[in-house]
Amino acid sequence: MAQDIETKVREKISEQLGVAADEVTPEASFIEDLGADSLDIVELVMALEEEFNIEISDEDAEKIRTVKDVVTYIEAHKS
Amino acid sequence: MGIVQGKRALIVGVANDKSLAWSIAQTLAAEGAEIALTYQGEILEKRVRPLAAQIQADVIGELDVNDDAQIASVFAALKEKWNGLDLLVHAVAFAEREDLRDRFLTVSRANFAKSMEISAYSLVALARAAEPLMEARGGGSILTLSYLGAVRAIPNYNVMGVAKAALEACVRYLSVDLGGKNIRVNALSAGPARTLSSSAIRDYHSMAHEVEARSPLRRGMKIEEVGKMAAAVLSDFSSGVTGQTLYVDVGYNIVGV
Repeated sequence: MAQDIETKVREKISEQLGVAADEVTPEASFIEDLGADSLDIVELVMALEEEFNIEISDEDAEKIRTVKDVVTYIEAHKS
Repeated sequence: MGIVQGKRALIVGVANDKSLAWSIAQTLAAEGAEIALTYQGEILEKRVRPLAAQIQADVIGELDVNDDAQIASVFAALKEKWNGLDLLVHAVAFAEREDLRDRFLTVSRANFAKSMEISAYSLVALARAAEPLMEARGGGSILTLSYLGAVRAIPNYNVMGVAKAALEACVRYLSVDLGGKNIRVNALSAGPARTLSSSAIRDYHSMAHEVEARSPLRRGMKIEEVGKMAAAVLSDFSSGVTGQTLYVDVGYNIVGV
């Protein structure tokens, strides 16, 4: 299950940011490593909310910096 | 034959595929209109261009609504392209993120003025530029987007609500000024929608849940419902309607307790 979430998250990030799947490593930072702009992050948060049927609060969204942050968050909040 | 067949429409305010303005663009295109889009800055340009291609719309230029030279150049390009304009959609607003949370009364003089200028004055500026082009076509229809926070105190909406109140008042005054030229001006007051704009509002999700639980239709508004209503209000089917703020909010505005 955990593996599933990670795979799905990485696919979504790759699709949303238009980067190759192998660049989406757990430690990759959206802005520094994956070339995301500020709107990309907001769009990514919305896409993840849709994909996983969750709601990411503003406070939590502001803390998301890396791929691993997203995976950890979704694993913790996906019921 | 669509309800806006052959109409020429300028849509200002598409940011990405979640934008209400994008839903309006898609619906107008499906109903037979020719579309011109603008973008604000490079970050949005790379989002708007691929969308424009999907509906064979022309990206007519960059438009920061605070920049009179850019307004002039977009309308000069429209004149060149179509020698007239039938429909104008204004879907532009701004408030500093820090002003979309907590108390309204902390808003600074500068931020208040900036919200007003971008969110309300811009409609006046665009309507003024559109007037001669619409006159050349024997009339036109202008539509802007508002929200219930214009007439009710909605938590966190704050200065944006004040600017939307000004915007709705602009719609009334513009409709009087332009009515003699058969140009109609209306606003749609949409329900909460998960867009880039609403993402700046603190605690958006609870606004949305409130509507889902208490609106007459007992659900959230769908973005495409704004597109459909916009097409109706822009089209000649609403030729007797001007100066109005019309609610596309699954009925939420009429509910009390």
